Amino acid sequence: MAERPEDLNLPNAVITRIIKEALPDGVNISKEARSAISRAASVFVLYATSCANNFAMKGKRKTLNAGDVLSAMEEMEFQRFVAPLKESLEVYRHEQKGKKEARKDKDKKTDSEEQDKSREEDNDEDDERMEEEEQNEEEEVDN
Amino acid sequence: MAAPRLSGTENRLVSLPLSRIRVIMKSSPEVSSINQDALFLTAKATELFVQYLATYSYKHGRGKEKNALTYTDLSHTAEECETFQFLADILPKKILASKYLKMLEKEKRDGEVREDDEGEEEEDEDKAVGDSVGS
Repeated sequence: MAERPEDLNLPNAVITRIIKEALPDGVNISKEARSAISRAASVFVLYATSCANNFAMKGKRKTLNAGDVLSAMEEMEFQRFVAPLKESLEVYRHEQKGKKEARKDKDKKTDSEEQDKSREEDNDEDDERMEEEEQNEEEEVDN
Repeated sequence: MAAPRLSGTENRLVSLPLSRIRVIMKSSPEVSSINQDALFLTAKATELFVQYLATYSYKHGRGKEKNALTYTDLSHTAEECETFQFLADILPKKILASKYLKMLEKEKRDGEVREDDEGEEEEDEDKAVGDSVGS
């Protein structure tokens, strides 16, 4: 698979911002240092992916999942990342769930606009359906 | 119900673009597919890694400048800290060009001395080489 060299690099502006926020105010970062950290970050992604993939293969899975990445962090001696990563994952999943529900609500609104005539009859049915969907989503998250 | 905010650039959950992280991950030949959570975690882990590498190198840097993070600080980290040793090849120590040239010369001389040991008949030639190396 051929990629242009730039594609395997991470955006300079973002890397610089992350570094600046991590270091105390007023500390300068040489251009060389910035470029080196960016390269190191790309290598980190490759190393983490390879490691996570080993865990997936052990589990006879073809898709890398969250557990594989967390196991990879421990294997790579970055256990310190595991707790903050788990926290972030919770927030991310919550956000994704929120987006999904927003999309569903949007679909429902367009539907109800079309069905104005029969809305009175359908109200009770809609409420029941919404409850069922929420229960289904909770089950997904627990997995 | 407001979602809890975590520390990060501009209160965003992750700043590194997931699409780019995905490209890098997929460049790995054995990888077939990546679940969305795994992609997110890899991006977030990379951010944590950048923060860790930068702060560690700054703290342990033996560079002369105290208010700067230099390449030397980073290559020291790669060489001396076991956790970052996987970076040693891409963050080699820098040496002065003059030192490197001296190293090359020394290697060349060492190579010639070894050749001398092999040949017994060509004594005169060996002597000549030995003389020029000594000078």
